[in-house]
Amino acid sequence: MVEHEPIALTPTPDNPLFRQTYELDRSEGAVINQMRATHIEQFPDPLIEVPAEFRRSIFVGSIDALLNWGRKSSVFPLMMGLACCSFEMIASAMSRWDLSRFGMEVFRASPRQADLMIVSGTVTWKMAPVVRRLYDQMAEPRWVISQGVCATSGGPYYESYSVVPGVNKIIPVDVYVPGCPPRPDALIYGIMQLHEKIKRYSLAGRAAGRE
Amino acid sequence: MPIRTEPVTVNIGPHHPSTHGVFRLRVTFDGEVVVDAEPVFGYLHRGTEKLAEERTYVQFVTLSDRMDYVASMTNNQGFMLAVEKLAGITPSPRGVWLRMIAAELQRIASHLVGIGFFLQDLGAFGTPLIYVMRERERILDLFEMLCGARITVSYMRPGGVFMDAPQDFWPALDTFLADMPHYVDEYERLITGNEIVLVRTKGTGKVPAETLVNASVSGPMLRAAGLDWDLRIKDPYEYYGRVKFDVPLARESDNFARYIVRIQEMRESVKIIRQCVEQIEPGPVRPKEVPFLIRPPAGDVYAHIEGPKGELGYYLVSDGTIAPYRCKVRAPSFINLTLLRDMLVGWKVADMIVTFGSIDINMGEVDR
Amino acid sequence: MTIVLGGEQVASVIEAITPGSVTGHDSSAAWVRAETWPAVARGLHDRPEADFKFLNSVTGVDYIDHFVIVYHLTSLGHNHSAVIKIRCGEAREDPVVPSAVPVWRGADLQEREVYDLMGIRFEGHPNLKRVMLWEGFPGHPHRKDFLR
Repeated sequence: MVEHEPIALTPTPDNPLFRQTYELDRSEGAVINQMRATHIEQFPDPLIEVPAEFRRSIFVGSIDALLNWGRKSSVFPLMMGLACCSFEMIASAMSRWDLSRFGMEVFRASPRQADLMIVSGTVTWKMAPVVRRLYDQMAEPRWVISQGVCATSGGPYYESYSVVPGVNKIIPVDVYVPGCPPRPDALIYGIMQLHEKIKRYSLAGRAAGRE
Repeated sequence: MPIRTEPVTVNIGPHHPSTHGVFRLRVTFDGEVVVDAEPVFGYLHRGTEKLAEERTYVQFVTLSDRMDYVASMTNNQGFMLAVEKLAGITPSPRGVWLRMIAAELQRIASHLVGIGFFLQDLGAFGTPLIYVMRERERILDLFEMLCGARITVSYMRPGGVFMDAPQDFWPALDTFLADMPHYVDEYERLITGNEIVLVRTKGTGKVPAETLVNASVSGPMLRAAGLDWDLRIKDPYEYYGRVKFDVPLARESDNFARYIVRIQEMRESVKIIRQCVEQIEPGPVRPKEVPFLIRPPAGDVYAHIEGPKGELGYYLVSDGTIAPYRCKVRAPSFINLTLLRDMLVGWKVADMIVTFGSIDINMGEVDR
Repeated sequence: MTIVLGGEQVASVIEAITPGSVTGHDSSAAWVRAETWPAVARGLHDRPEADFKFLNSVTGVDYIDHFVIVYHLTSLGHNHSAVIKIRCGEAREDPVVPSAVPVWRGADLQEREVYDLMGIRFEGHPNLKRVMLWEGFPGHPHRKDFLR
């Protein structure tokens, strides 16, 4: 590792910003290359395990039901449009499909306020560290929908040199929605499947969406 | 007494609600004024041009949809023109008329999205977007009738289109054409005279016309600077020589001029589609003799069309096999960003977002 | 209708501007020697009979034993277009072409793209960094010998 001078990002007329950011580009590129080398295996699908002694507990069961009802009725998605699928995601939030019927019309721009990440489109290796960081910034319980074949497996760009073959190599995914791009109805169906999944969560089990 | 400030470099994007996808900017601010900006591309680089070398000419149509995903039809059209020029295919008249109808509908849809997100960047969060998406859904319904898909259409083939329009399409198109001018009037009532919009957009993001030409900027940005350069008139492709329409121009070359040019272009597109519907003739939608695997003679061609965002060009090199040897796309969104740094420096943070929105880029096309 | 100038016509225009810079021509394009490209570009841009103020596109093509840079030019005033080709990189290692950015700023991002994906260096480009891929990406993917 070569030691570098700290970069002063103060542009002057004879030294514009783009000449000063080369080291920054290099360090970001190193992160991407490392991620590309290490993220080969898929994350397993998040399973829901409820210990046997809690299954018949009336107390835990009723609190679970209340909590899950609240969680499923106000899932706030993250406003993250990656590629073509993002337009179907936007269309599903607009007046015709009206996502707010399911208590989730508020797309949050900040991951800190979001519960659901809809990976809407192709994830490239350059974008992968960003997706991972956004996922890490979301508060638990958190869920991920992989919208479209590009996010699910690379899709038409599977052979490409810069595309992640499936976002589940970067983050664990709860629901996969097929289609290229899936219609808004398909996305909404996927969201309802996620609701079914949320309903089965338990206080006593593992936290939602944890690796 | 002037306040001393220190320049701060801020990272905007790739995940940001007003960067139209995954665009990223490194900006240095002095107080609230932009001192320098560096765009960072490539967060959606999917290697389309490399994948084209492994696909046949017809298979690449699916990838061309996914480049500019709010204007798939025009992407198809440009590629088909290049393939036909390369292989010497004469398209069927009915296929060409259908292509023109589809392309102009797509131009309206693309400008709708451009205007909606431009207003969103101005701070009108949601409302204009809901208006424009309402009309966009109607256009997508028409596309669904034509080819069964909403966004990634893959409608066009060398020599025409792959399927004739169904009977239901024509009355639906007529209703839409009758409604669309009223919708545009509605936007104009809402937006064009709006005090806030005028104050925020008039006079911001100005660029002289010579600079725009020198930087290869094309499309509505060029016409908003008063330059009468529309490839549909200047280099008529398909049957654009047989339809009459005006090229909307503005002189100011500011953000408002770009907005108003897009609004006017939607009206002109409606006119063009009306004339296409009048002149369309019965017959096959593509010639029977065009083979499935096209083997053009060795050589290279450059074909360009006036896409919704500017000059969309395809440079194809053939070596006589079923796949292109090299397929380069001249992406208007990408090249229109050449001047971004010049347009942003010296303006405030809020103007930065507005100017960026007025360029109307699409990340799928910028990064390909 | 844009008049497409044939290779011979373009070659004669370039010969009039800078003698000895054309290496040949085919039906569609004129071939220019790489060293003389800045002078030729300046002449094509400034001379009133050429008037190529608009640069459509810059493309790099890998022909395995050499690279070709293709410039598509249009004159908005005369409404004619021309194709210029420059051959470079016979040895495949570090092909160099003079940059056209001092003449046409529109070449800026496109030459960066060619540098990134094809690995052709543009001498005199103010900011020749990778544009699509990240720093540290192994190789240049649009070359024919690139293996994933």
